[in-house]
Amino acid sequence: MPAGRPRRIVARRDGPMLVEGPVEIALEDGTTVSSDRFCVALCTCRRSRIYPWCDTSHRKHSPAPRPGSGD
Amino acid sequence: MEPAVKRPGAEPALPPSRGEISAALIEYLRDAGPLPDGAALAGADPLGDDLQLALYLCYELHYRGFAGVGDDREWDPELLRLRAALEKPFLAVLRARATRHGHADEALDELLVEPLDGQGVSHFLQDKGELWQLREYAALRSVYHLKEADPHAWVLPRLWGRAKAGMAAVEFDEYGAGRADRVHAKLFADLMTDLDLDPAYGRYLDASGAEALAIVNMMSLFGLHRALRGALVGHFAAVEITSSPGSRRLAKAMRRTGAGRAAEYFYAEHVEADAVHEQVVRREVVAGLLEEEPHLDGDIAFGADATGWLEDRLADRLLAAWRSGQSSLRTAV
Repeated sequence: MPAGRPRRIVARRDGPMLVEGPVEIALEDGTTVSSDRFCVALCTCRRSRIYPWCDTSHRKHSPAPRPGSGD
Repeated sequence: MEPAVKRPGAEPALPPSRGEISAALIEYLRDAGPLPDGAALAGADPLGDDLQLALYLCYELHYRGFAGVGDDREWDPELLRLRAALEKPFLAVLRARATRHGHADEALDELLVEPLDGQGVSHFLQDKGELWQLREYAALRSVYHLKEADPHAWVLPRLWGRAKAGMAAVEFDEYGAGRADRVHAKLFADLMTDLDLDPAYGRYLDASGAEALAIVNMMSLFGLHRALRGALVGHFAAVEITSSPGSRRLAKAMRRTGAGRAAEYFYAEHVEADAVHEQVVRREVVAGLLEEEPHLDGDIAFGADATGWLEDRLADRLLAAWRSGQSSLRTAV
């Protein structure tokens, strides 16, 4: 790590870790993924289907449809 | 002032009218008649095809304009007066019928809970959407996605500090982060090509019903009025919060129907991008704006509520048509 300001990571227990991009991530199977987005959201709940990136799978679920979900 | 010279073919043609107001407006834009009178405006349904098309045409002069219509028409005082007369009943109906929350956190927290058994358009398309329905969906979303992020860019000069920095960062990402081939509007044009649709700007305006136009008109209304900056931010937050799970379902629909690589990629990119955007919009843009201007709390909630209400109306139209095996569009694609 070059000298200077340490890289800031925003951590919250109810969501992903936010890291300033670009990033390169070494995964346990030996592969490497990278992103040059200005900010990346790293999955911490381990439910993401696009791990290591967050896909909002950490969200709470409700049984009933809500108004305004007509996407 | 002489009208600016137009490059042929660079702008879409004016569409056919849908009633008295849009017919008079189109004639006026062709220098062939007067603007609609007060009587026509007084009787118009604020959510109907005629008023929504007229409003869309007024707003489009601020984006790309129309073939044969001078660029200087953007600031024609008569057109601005008409636009204001169309906006007033539209905004009034949104305020009266869509508002469900008084505070931003209440409106946005509700969107952060994902229904287990969702009944929306993306659920329908994921589970049983056929290629013709995906084509219809793309055609009517093109009235926004071919200018994706543009209505929201209007808000940048109205924000300060964290809200401005966060909004600019997300918009930069929407605009391809400096790479023309990654601009989201371009990715959507590629999706349209995969679906055998014409990606020309404005091509499916005539095919899109009032429910689809109203969503884009809401964005332009909130974006162009500094007084509605809170509503624009609330609308943008609602879109970014709901986009990621919805895009996952749409990516699945594109994959299942073999729509093509670009078609699937557009939505796959939005799963990842909007999971980030949601965080930045809530933590920086919404929180930053509330810190600077706490009195906009109710307007942020209103923007989110109006978005959900108009999206639900579009979903009702689409699902009602598709469940009975009919087209949801005004003209075939």
